[in-house]
Amino acid sequence: MTFARKRVAAIAAVAVTAALTLAGCADTGSGGSPTDGAGGDSENLSITFLPKNLGNPYFDTSSKGGSAAVEEFGGTFNEVGPAEATPDAQVSYINTATQQGVGALVVSANDPNAICDALNEARDAGVKVVTFDSDTNPDCRDLFINQATAEGIAKIQVDLIAEQIGDDGEIAILSASANATNQNAWIEDMEQLLADEHPNITLVEVVYGDDDDQTSFDKTAALLQSHPNLKGIISPTTVGIAAAARYLSTSDFKGKVALTGLGTPNQMREYVEDGTVTAFALWNPEDLGYLAAWAAQALITGEITGAEGDTFEAGKLGSYEVGADATVLLGDPYVFDADNIGDFDF
Amino acid sequence: MTTMTGTTQATRVIPGHAKPLWRRMLLTRESAIIGLLVLVVVVASVTVRGFGQPITLTYLLLDIAPILLIALPMTLIMVTGEIDLSVGSMVGLSSVVTGVAVQAGIPFEAAALIALLVGVVGGAFNGFLVTVVGLPSLAVTIGTLALFRGLAVGLLGTTAVTDFPETWTALAKARIAGTTIPYIMVPFLILLVVFVILLHFTPFGRGIYAIGLSKDAARFSGVDVERMKFILFVLAGLVAAFAGIFYTLRFGSARGDNATGLELQVIAAVVLGGVSVFGGRGALHGVVAAAVLIGVISSALRLANITSDVINIVTGVLLVLSVVAASVLNRLQQSRRRPGRPPRVAASTAT
Repeated sequence: MTFARKRVAAIAAVAVTAALTLAGCADTGSGGSPTDGAGGDSENLSITFLPKNLGNPYFDTSSKGGSAAVEEFGGTFNEVGPAEATPDAQVSYINTATQQGVGALVVSANDPNAICDALNEARDAGVKVVTFDSDTNPDCRDLFINQATAEGIAKIQVDLIAEQIGDDGEIAILSASANATNQNAWIEDMEQLLADEHPNITLVEVVYGDDDDQTSFDKTAALLQSHPNLKGIISPTTVGIAAAARYLSTSDFKGKVALTGLGTPNQMREYVEDGTVTAFALWNPEDLGYLAAWAAQALITGEITGAEGDTFEAGKLGSYEVGADATVLLGDPYVFDADNIGDFDF
Repeated sequence: MTTMTGTTQATRVIPGHAKPLWRRMLLTRESAIIGLLVLVVVVASVTVRGFGQPITLTYLLLDIAPILLIALPMTLIMVTGEIDLSVGSMVGLSSVVTGVAVQAGIPFEAAALIALLVGVVGGAFNGFLVTVVGLPSLAVTIGTLALFRGLAVGLLGTTAVTDFPETWTALAKARIAGTTIPYIMVPFLILLVVFVILLHFTPFGRGIYAIGLSKDAARFSGVDVERMKFILFVLAGLVAAFAGIFYTLRFGSARGDNATGLELQVIAAVVLGGVSVFGGRGALHGVVAAAVLIGVISSALRLANITSDVINIVTGVLLVLSVVAASVLNRLQQSRRRPGRPPRVAASTAT
């Protein structure tokens, strides 16, 4: 008797839960009352930086630049962010900025789509949205500060390797994965540049280390085995260049085979100091944050709207122009060498 | 109501019922949490700029909705003395399953049904290992925590599915007309009523408490312990899968790493809400208040520009304090009760 009742009750509970969750889904209609943010006024120079996550030296450096810029034009600077680099965690902080009615939000997006709606709600409430480092879809931000273009990145690496091997000889590329969109675009540009401007340099092979330290290490070893006349390696990925430098620094090829590419100062410091690597490139995140903060200020004061051709002043970096798709380009990549690497910590 | 007549014919005073009704209602763990919640809301409204506006409620409820939803079945599971650590991973898996199905061209409604089914199967798998195989739920669900998350990440890799029907993603964030309360509160309130009735007003619910207090005693008094636990794990899987669908829609993105660590937030809310981790004690109103309390605190601290690590510290300290306070109060009450014990002891030892 009680068994039967309990069974019925239990089955009913499961059924009702299932039915109600579905019924809950089926509710349609859209309410949506207007938000009453305090943003949108041209005097509100409070600027909040929302990096992908906190405690990341790269973003610590960009926030340092942002904070310096905000101090220069006399606004208030804040940095908030999740501990983990996930888009759902960023949404809460975007919502908070909306509630606070900050003047502008400077974001490095963990996902191009997931934070879009939250950003648009912020913009509806009058908050200006600037993305940097990692963009969202163009329709959910006012401006994107692009650290570098594909052409710029390709050119700096080709220039560096040409300089280091005397514009003559065999080189190879150690890339990330075979289907990495960024890397493939850069490699294509580099091949074009080599053919057009450096006819004496031959690209003998492109290998893929899959952005894995050990794989990149092994591929470097294999490259040097199979191409005894190799004079230089370009690695357009921070994982690859560090692994290749680690291999070179302990091998007989140290100082004989040049290595350059995209790397971070902290990973590359010991190899620059021991002479394995002469120079490598990346953008300067401090300048990136600095420019993003000035761009936010220009949007708040109404100096620019994000339309193509708008120009604004960015303190010590000079004047910038807004390009297509509401994008501002930071400039040429930054070259790190033995002279300046001590100034950076990221 | 305040006394109970035993088979010994002697009048026994049940310790918890010795005091008048109003004291029993007010001086409880649950009331303390509700009181604290009211206090924090009042303080935050006065001192934190931007907290006292209606939009706060919208964002707050949207943020804690998955926690509120999953806390319902989790409370029941923890009252039986078991635990389900796999719910966060189930949210992620259900989110990914929805995404993969939609990507494969299946209509969203059907994809959501598939995700709910995956929730039921996952919950049943937990329940099977706990009840039929007889493994401890802590070990089982640590395993399925990794398993479900692994499946989720494996299915989508590092990519995300973001193509969901606009009507559904808008609905997940929509507010009930004329209020600032999001629509997700409708299914939550319905589920809340169902779970409150189930736990507090049915023989099934009394069985849940009985299992938590003593599994053997429950079994001898005719409770089918295994079957009940199995049903609870299935419910947890189902509700977690539903939360996963909401999560997907709210962020418009199905990713393998969605809702990582959510299980700990849910368990924190349940424990703060007065549910004993040893089972046998707890009530849903305390759990709901605790989930809202944690949400209000992090919302207010975020608005005050306090960083996420400090927010974690505050929540952690609150949790530890609440557990410590509960055990200290318990000990105090017991030591106070001891002098007045003789009459009861005399009656109850006779069998």
